[in-house]
Amino acid sequence: MLRVEKVSKSFDGFLAVSQVSMRVKEGEIASLIGTNGAGKTTLFNLITGHLRSDEGEIYFKDRRITHLHPYDIVRLGIGRSFQRLNIFSRLTVFENVQIAVISYKKKALSFLRPRERLFEDDTERILDDVGLSALRNEVSGSLSFGYQKQLELGIALAFEPELLLLDEPTAGLSAADTRDAMELIVNVIKARGTTLLVVEHDMHVVFSISDHIIVLHQGRVIGDGMPEQVRKDPEVQKSYLGESL
Amino acid sequence: MKNKELLFGIGLFIFFALIPVIGSKYTIYFNAQLLFTILFATSLNLLVGYTGLFSFGHVGFYAIGAYAFTILYKTYGVPFGVSFVAGPLLAAGAAVIVGYLCVRLTKIYFTFLTLAFAQIIWAIAFKWTPVTGGDSGIVGITPSSLLLPLNNTYFFTLGVVAVLMYVMYRIAHSPFSLVLNAIRENPNRAESIGVNVRLYQLIVFTISGFFAGFAGVLFVLLTRSVFPDILLVTRSIDVVAMVIVGGMYNFWGPMIGAVVLLYLNSFVKAYTEYWLLVLGTLLAVVVLFFPSGITGIFPWLSARFKLVAKKGELNA
Repeated sequence: MLRVEKVSKSFDGFLAVSQVSMRVKEGEIASLIGTNGAGKTTLFNLITGHLRSDEGEIYFKDRRITHLHPYDIVRLGIGRSFQRLNIFSRLTVFENVQIAVISYKKKALSFLRPRERLFEDDTERILDDVGLSALRNEVSGSLSFGYQKQLELGIALAFEPELLLLDEPTAGLSAADTRDAMELIVNVIKARGTTLLVVEHDMHVVFSISDHIIVLHQGRVIGDGMPEQVRKDPEVQKSYLGESL
Repeated sequence: MKNKELLFGIGLFIFFALIPVIGSKYTIYFNAQLLFTILFATSLNLLVGYTGLFSFGHVGFYAIGAYAFTILYKTYGVPFGVSFVAGPLLAAGAAVIVGYLCVRLTKIYFTFLTLAFAQIIWAIAFKWTPVTGGDSGIVGITPSSLLLPLNNTYFFTLGVVAVLMYVMYRIAHSPFSLVLNAIRENPNRAESIGVNVRLYQLIVFTISGFFAGFAGVLFVLLTRSVFPDILLVTRSIDVVAMVIVGGMYNFWGPMIGAVVLLYLNSFVKAYTEYWLLVLGTLLAVVVLFFPSGITGIFPWLSARFKLVAKKGELNA
């Protein structure tokens, strides 16, 4: 479904991503792991068009998406959440998701139509999926961190993405909240048949949910395979897992 | 339109419609000025409050509307109705060009580029004497005979402003404006939900320029003249101040800001020449203590009362 071929990106001479190649198959849960600064978020930004690669190509369902704009890429079926919270904090929970639905349904250029109840059912359904129906009228900026993370997921789901990229969806959550959040995410994407590529630091979570793991270290892929293969890989053990497991 | 807002709008219309019945000539003139200033400030708020684009050059489109109408109608004898619509359309056309260049920049750079364009338009108005009349401008613009009496000009202005305010109200409550809000709050996130941020900024810049152009034409109909002074930087500051004082997160905010500042200006100037001192103090107080402006005070007070009531219940 997603193919990254020899992609590189540098910032002022610092090579953040170097000749990275990887694949994500349709329907699988893939995890991207690595130490801080390994290039995981940079790679996400390259896939979703927030950064332009220096070299290499990216394909989604065999269509070249290298150098497309983020707003074009999302319409092809790649949704994402961000490492840092990225919601529309002055707007209500309902409006946060409603905007995404409006954009997905290409009604954003309706100038005179009242928006209040527009796509109310679709928006409610997504809020229900991510467990935020009861908070629909709250200003999103006033929600707890965990709820804001759930809202981010809701915004990403509005586009009914075929591939969802989640950048540290449980960062900042307690161990118990992390388990709940991952359970919610896995349930939602399985119910929708969405392919998932997730950046996650909690190795217990990664090894329990993933079908496929890619390990980045200093901008390079040093491991790529099934969880058991990755766990036994000597280079991965030495560079990363030795510290974590 | 919500019932409360509909009643508020109708009440306002009736209030303004009664001005010629109860007011002096000065009052009528003053309120006509107030009406197109409300239109002008509300059009700016589509950029400032809804999209988060601080334009200090909005006065440029107001002036283009005013000059375009005047030149077409007075110099070239184009029929009144055609000139009346052409002025705002040309202002919108100019907004497309200026906006195309400005929306590539963010924050302070955007603000200064809009200011720079307003200065360029001022320089053209000031120096292109054969067309614009230069420093003296163009005077003696006699509108259609129907609009010659002040009362008729007033009612015409009221009608046009009411219709355009209604259109802007609909825009401000449309899916389009929700997308503008998303851009204001988080442009990166907006791109990730399929919004071409620059395109939407350009569209709202153009719409806003179109309404500002109408305000400029109404200015000419009232004053029967147009001159480069309408492009002074202080005019830009005045209208931004109206938006901030009234409240940029509320559709009615700029209108309230315009009413407060114009009435206050008229009152203060009767007693002292230090109007700018008063304006500066007022702006400082609003920015420091009521960043959501006058219209933000009511929700804030209501939240405070609820909190106090809740504490009272808990203590009881």
